[in-house]
Amino acid sequence: MLPPFELSQPQTLPEALRALAEDGGQPLAGGTNLFPDLRSGREKGDQFVSLALVEGLRYIKHTEQRITLGSGTTMSDIVHDPKMETAAPALAAAAKIFAGTMVRTAATIGGNVCCGSPSADTVPPLLTLAADVTLSSASGERTVPLDEFYTDYKKTVMKPDELLTSVSWAPPAPGSAHLFYKLARRKGDAITVTGVSVMIAADAGKCTTARVALGSVAPTVFRAHEAEDLLVGQALTPDLIEQAAKAAAHQCSPIDDIRATADYRLQTAHALTRRLITQAWKQVA
Amino acid sequence: MSTDKIITLKVNGSAVKFIAPAHRTLLEALRHEGFVEIKCGCEKGDCGACAVLLDGEPVDSCLTLAWHADGHEVTTIKGLGSPENPDPLQKAFIETGGAQCGYCTPGMIIAAKALLKENPEPSLEDIKRGLSGNLCRCTGYTRIFEAVQVAAEELRREGDVA
Repeated sequence: MLPPFELSQPQTLPEALRALAEDGGQPLAGGTNLFPDLRSGREKGDQFVSLALVEGLRYIKHTEQRITLGSGTTMSDIVHDPKMETAAPALAAAAKIFAGTMVRTAATIGGNVCCGSPSADTVPPLLTLAADVTLSSASGERTVPLDEFYTDYKKTVMKPDELLTSVSWAPPAPGSAHLFYKLARRKGDAITVTGVSVMIAADAGKCTTARVALGSVAPTVFRAHEAEDLLVGQALTPDLIEQAAKAAAHQCSPIDDIRATADYRLQTAHALTRRLITQAWKQVA
Repeated sequence: MSTDKIITLKVNGSAVKFIAPAHRTLLEALRHEGFVEIKCGCEKGDCGACAVLLDGEPVDSCLTLAWHADGHEVTTIKGLGSPENPDPLQKAFIETGGAQCGYCTPGMIIAAKALLKENPEPSLEDIKRGLSGNLCRCTGYTRIFEAVQVAAEELRREGDVA
């Protein structure tokens, strides 16, 4: 049984934004995360605004300059979009192994980003795409780099009356490598122990873009900027990659939980970062 | 506290109407209406026992509000076939021993149905991934995977004949 709540079902974005601002409701997207959390008491709330009927939130738009996903785009939509393999290879990979079939039908990209969980699997690939999120409210709209979106465990810069309406990024440079690795107890339907995504591009034997993001090893998913700075402008050698992996691990602050110990997370974050950068460099160099 | 609403939907082709508060899940509502072939497992989206097709798409009915199914079509395991005229998947689960205690079977077959619609020639890896949202505590999965392979072959043969 879910605890009782009130639910409004707006059909347009302005109506939804008004409901968030005036009635103080919380947005409800796919519910695949929220409902288990309401049942267990981890989340509270007795007033929700359903986004299910709101028009114009579920779309995927590809242009030469930008790829944009409406926040209501489901994991299943991402899996079934043939262009996603080139527009965001690591995101396509993450969506494919996201939870199980039934959850992928309902879970949305907006919900996964907004829940703020360090184990949200779409976030490392979106961070290595340098994605932006658009936040809308009754009083306007603002765009925030995803890298500046999370402030602490399950905390974001979003205000209570704001709704994340889209996620967008520039297409990866031709010939770049965009990878994601999810370490978990089983291949599907599992919560990530350590998640790593990298984006590497090269020109004339030198690394031109390096982005590294890690999940489940800190209160939020984060970009390993120190590791990235070591790589840009360099020809990547095993030594340099090892230094970068060490720098990335240094930025982790994992915890012990039922899935793994902090120490295991730290070691795997180090090893997987090294492995993914090595693999990406082989692809691009 | 929450207001009740009249929900009208189609289940296995027949109109069903009931009154539900906002927090009522599709699982609870339909079982109350007598569709007890939908099983309640973990209520977390992990086990898949409650899977149904909503407008042809597989969903966990424990994570779907009855309100969100208003005006839509639901297919349960009973909508796929009957003992006299079973779906190839139902037949294959019986013949291979893919069903033991039977509790996971309705959801397992619903997920397999969705998989085969999308991918008529799944590899063993595809089947494992397609059923990763369904848990079984009896079979060890081997015979379930076999059942899906047998049904896929059967469906391809039927397709060739048609």
